[in-house]
Amino acid sequence: MSLKHSKPLLAVAFSLYISFFCNSIFAQETPHHDVTVSVAPGHEKEEKFDIATTILEHIRDDHSWHLWGHVSIPLPVILKTDKGFEFFSGARLVNEHHEPAVYNGNYPYKTFEGKIKVVNADGTINEEATGKILDISITKNVASMLLTVVLLLILFLNVAKAYKKTGVTSAPKGFQSFIEPVILFVRDEVARPLLGEKYERFMPYLLTIFFFIWINNLLGMVPFFPGGANVSGNIAFTLTLALFTFVITTVNGKKHYWQHIFWMPGLPVPMKIFLIPIEVIGAIIKPVSLTIRLFANMTAGHILALSLIGMIFILESLSASALAVPFSVFISLIELLVGFIQAFIFAMLSALYFGMALEENHEEDLVL
Amino acid sequence: MLLEVNPLVLPDPGLMIWSAIAFFILLFILGKFAWKPIMKAIHEREKGINDAIATAEKVKAEMAQLQSDNEKLLVQAREERAVILKEAKDIKDKMISDAKEQAKAEAAKIMAETQQAIENQKMAAIVDLKNQVGNLVIEVSEKVLRRELGNKSAQETYIKELTNEIKLN
Repeated sequence: MSLKHSKPLLAVAFSLYISFFCNSIFAQETPHHDVTVSVAPGHEKEEKFDIATTILEHIRDDHSWHLWGHVSIPLPVILKTDKGFEFFSGARLVNEHHEPAVYNGNYPYKTFEGKIKVVNADGTINEEATGKILDISITKNVASMLLTVVLLLILFLNVAKAYKKTGVTSAPKGFQSFIEPVILFVRDEVARPLLGEKYERFMPYLLTIFFFIWINNLLGMVPFFPGGANVSGNIAFTLTLALFTFVITTVNGKKHYWQHIFWMPGLPVPMKIFLIPIEVIGAIIKPVSLTIRLFANMTAGHILALSLIGMIFILESLSASALAVPFSVFISLIELLVGFIQAFIFAMLSALYFGMALEENHEEDLVL
Repeated sequence: MLLEVNPLVLPDPGLMIWSAIAFFILLFILGKFAWKPIMKAIHEREKGINDAIATAEKVKAEMAQLQSDNEKLLVQAREERAVILKEAKDIKDKMISDAKEQAKAEAAKIMAETQQAIENQKMAAIVDLKNQVGNLVIEVSEKVLRRELGNKSAQETYIKELTNEIKLN
């Protein structure tokens, strides 16, 4: 609740912070500054490009968690290489100017657009060796996600404790009374209408996925330290959740579900054969659409908010903030709504797919 | 490759692994220690509310049933009262008519008896009268016969006298 109320405030604070930051950049015009790295001789032509880079830097994953100015928390890097595991601090991957630098572990590593690559002696990427390493570092997104996990555990274990303590006869209190309607919403608007009688089996999954996505969306909208990561706008995260839904759908698929994919009832044989690839693709497209929907919505929201703030940089004038800040606040409020709606849609579509997989043979009578 | 053009749409395996781990932890712990008791509590509360409503409905129905029963009883009692009253009235009427009938019969009997007695008395009186008349006739005849039948006028006066005597009797 308090997050909701302080959101516009946060957006304003963020805008002010960015505008001061911007002033200092253009006052100093130092070429080694982290945001305007490429501001060199002809910086007027390259400004637009710089904004795009800045936005993409904010959206993508990183090996350090930026706090303010030049201060950032280095995050642990974990690499699985063919020469064994390797642990080192993310601080080793940057030099004193926060530019990517070469770190010599099992291989010489350097980050390119936030991703760790193996480099040759001349600084070029060694694709062959890079293919052999697996980066399982605690990146900014992972750290933010783990924070969400801790947050959710604290919240819901407390809520569960409250239910145990106050019993069922008294009305819910405090955070419990905020959570209960949401749980009832997931149950009555998502699970029950789409899953029917068997809804209870899927409630833990639907509730977990709903709150996990929602809290990640909300944290992603906080522009500074505890948030700032773009977890739910990262395709790896959304793909993983969509794969969970896909696996559960596939495992729970009843005869009717598979029949509809591989041997559509009530159609002539050539049509049945023709429909097999289409239905198989359809089954695979479902998790893909889940992945892209959440990823694209959240990423677009971040890009939009940052672009509006970026107006101040592009126009090189503080007066642009008169327009950019209200717009940014407006977009943030919409994003708040989108964050909830996307979590709801993800849970709802998951429930819909489970419902399709569980469906018994009702239509055959009609077809025959 | 087209996908490699933009790193944004290239899923990072490390993040996928961590996402899966994080989600599994959440699903396991929350499923066991949060969703289960919360759903159970919500379910129990809803059940309690439903039960309370059902009980209230039942009590209400029972009350209505009782009320209708009462009314039915009342109607029945009223009907019974009417029947009893009617019966009582009938009995009363019957008793009255019976009594009247009986009284009439009794009266008729008494009348008949009285008439009979009167008749008897009358007959007795007539007989008595006849006897007396006979006796008188005999007496008169005796007296007449005792006197000499010389004087005609005297005879006639005498007869007159005698008849007058008879009348006096």
